[in-house]
Amino acid sequence: MAETSAIYVPVEKIGIRRRVSTTLAIIGNPNSGKSTLFNRLTGLRQTTANYPGVTVEKHSGTVQLESSAIELIDLPGIYCLGGHSADERIAVDVILGRMADTHAPSGLLMILDATQLYQGLYLLQQLMEMQVPIIVALTMTDVATAKGIDISIEVLQRQLGGIQIFPVVATTGRGLEALKTALESVAESAPPQVPESWPELSRTADRLIQQTITPMQRIDVIQALLHPDSFHSKPLERQLGSQLVTDSRNALFGVEPPQAVEARHRYQWVRTVLGEVQRQAPMLERFEAKTLRWLNRPWPATVLFFAVMALIFQAVFSWATPMMNGIDAAAATMSAWVAAHLPAGAISSFITDGVIAGVGSVVIFLPQILILFLFIIVLEDSGYLARAAFLMDRVMRSVGLSGQSVIPMLSSFACAVPAIMAARVISDRRARIATILAAPFMTCSARLPIYALLIAAFVPDESVGWLNLQGLVLLGLYLMGILGGLATAWLLKRTALRGPKPDFAMALPEFRWPNLQTVSIKLMDRVRIFLRRAGTIIFVVAIIVWALAYFPRDGGIETGMQNAVVQLESTLAGEPLAEELLRIENEAAAAQLAQSYLGRAGKFIEPVFAPLGWDWRVSAAVIAGFPAREVVVAVMGTIYAVGDKAEVTSLVDKLRSATWPDGRPVFTLPMVLGLLLFYAWCLQCAATLAVIRRETNSWRWPIFAWTYMTVLGYTGALLIYQIGSRL
Amino acid sequence: MTLREMQPGQKVRIEKVDARQPGVVRLMVLGLVEGAEIQFENAAIGGDPMEVSVFGTAISIRKQQAGYFSVSPLVSNG
Repeated sequence: MAETSAIYVPVEKIGIRRRVSTTLAIIGNPNSGKSTLFNRLTGLRQTTANYPGVTVEKHSGTVQLESSAIELIDLPGIYCLGGHSADERIAVDVILGRMADTHAPSGLLMILDATQLYQGLYLLQQLMEMQVPIIVALTMTDVATAKGIDISIEVLQRQLGGIQIFPVVATTGRGLEALKTALESVAESAPPQVPESWPELSRTADRLIQQTITPMQRIDVIQALLHPDSFHSKPLERQLGSQLVTDSRNALFGVEPPQAVEARHRYQWVRTVLGEVQRQAPMLERFEAKTLRWLNRPWPATVLFFAVMALIFQAVFSWATPMMNGIDAAAATMSAWVAAHLPAGAISSFITDGVIAGVGSVVIFLPQILILFLFIIVLEDSGYLARAAFLMDRVMRSVGLSGQSVIPMLSSFACAVPAIMAARVISDRRARIATILAAPFMTCSARLPIYALLIAAFVPDESVGWLNLQGLVLLGLYLMGILGGLATAWLLKRTALRGPKPDFAMALPEFRWPNLQTVSIKLMDRVRIFLRRAGTIIFVVAIIVWALAYFPRDGGIETGMQNAVVQLESTLAGEPLAEELLRIENEAAAAQLAQSYLGRAGKFIEPVFAPLGWDWRVSAAVIAGFPAREVVVAVMGTIYAVGDKAEVTSLVDKLRSATWPDGRPVFTLPMVLGLLLFYAWCLQCAATLAVIRRETNSWRWPIFAWTYMTVLGYTGALLIYQIGSRL
Repeated sequence: MTLREMQPGQKVRIEKVDARQPGVVRLMVLGLVEGAEIQFENAAIGGDPMEVSVFGTAISIRKQQAGYFSVSPLVSNG
């Protein structure tokens, strides 16, 4: 009988995936270390999607445990369940299992920031009224200790009616194993008791529920009581009549706004709890804290803000160059290889001029986009974006907005789509729509390829003082974008969106060193989205544009060229022959392009853009760019590569040698500056239009935005070209 | 005295909040309620908005709203 020997391997090592048995939701204040802990628990086993019907991103992931696996839903960071913002509503709906395609969580993991227990315990009280099992992860305990804050977890647990509390340091992973073990049994534990801060609120709600015909959730009744004259109160008033609801409200809140009374009750309780739980040791302020305090003073903070912005733009342009040269060289090598191994004709042209040139000219800007997103994510993760909102509140107020609009607008320098979604945090509806319409003016990463190309090609690489002229033009374009956006908001707030000034109340998170894992996960997310776009939409548009530029082929031109070649070969030899052959080939290619579908479309539209100094090729590229502006560079690459068969030169050289039929150069400085301004102001992005439609829930705003921005871009380019050409 | 008149570094206790004024409730939800002890930290250029801290959390508040918070100074222990 053969002896069998069993080898035991830890499950972690062989990577067995257990099936998900339960769903939990993770919730906490903004900047409480929630995302860091979520990433720690789920690692790379996470997905990002959208909740159906709303634009709040749904992050979920799987936690692999000793004997089971848990699906963890990362809810947006919020301060209360007030129900004003989309984030707060979604938190409630997800917890109660009312969100389509999302499992109802059987428990909550609440993140309490040890340095911000005051606000954290406020949200926790509201969650305790939801009748869902809760465990608490106490994060930032290391930061709290460094600040001399001593927290007695036992006392806190007793004050919270026995809710389990697990101290963790998400950055190092300390305490994580104990938390994971506890996660397995959250669902079995009993829902917490009603918080002692204001039991009357829950009691009133429970009493009203008993009188309803269709049973309601306690949290919905509480929300109905707290928010008169809102959609929250309708279902309750329909069931019980508005008189009973109003009487209950008066008994609870008197004449003051309900939420104000709620805040007084809850925070009074929090202060009593903190008095017993938390001890602050007298501390000498450390050097780092002193420096940060000094940097937050009005002038240093403002100077720092502009220095940070300057650094970002500098980095985007100079750090990316080596990587971009590498990608350029790789694309050229691939094209040369294909051209050498395939017979000349449609297929070879398709691969080199269509696929490689089209996709390559977009991918080349990946380094710049990477750097830009890296900065935005680092600023967000370190808490600096909120600081920027604080510093810029005054400026934003002058155009009728608040500092809250700064965060969407800064994000818009990376991409308007997430920026428009970020406008959700703005509570005032008018200010929110004005922000949404101003955000697409900010220079997004998709505009950079066109800026980079045209500036490198036509703005002299000279120094003005200690500044570079190319850098100055780029800075000017960013400023034009900001100016256009702010002016638009100002106009709208005085006309269609006139209303009271939006208020500004927000917590300013402390500076925190960004977490490497969080930053890299977010960055990979953005890169994936960009490459997916490059690989799908941009790829398809590049192929279509190549086809439009290649077909139909005119046999006459081909035969004419063959005859000319034969004739030349019999009369010339050596160097002169090669030059003449090249000239004939170029002319033939240009003639083919001129009579192609794209050439005809460009010529058809040319009169519209002629006052701006654009020839039919530029016009064709602009037309092709309306679905997605980053395509424009790809289209130009295709147009000029197909129409110009000189030796492999970069697109820059091809643009420089482009001429009108009479030999004048097309790309003069006024024309280029006008074209740049057109791109700064024009809304060439179907994704942005779609997200405006979704966020404003009407077609009116996307149609307005598109028309308005196109007219503005056209007018700007017209003025610059016409005035510039006469100087 | 109201929050408006605070000096940098000064510590005060909130005595009365006029909750019915615009933009005040949102500040109360963040913890600026009666009984809370707060410190004036900083301001943006021009002194508006202001940054105050309550239990270690910094909160931004515009001068207009700051006028709706009556406060009494606390004796600073250094």
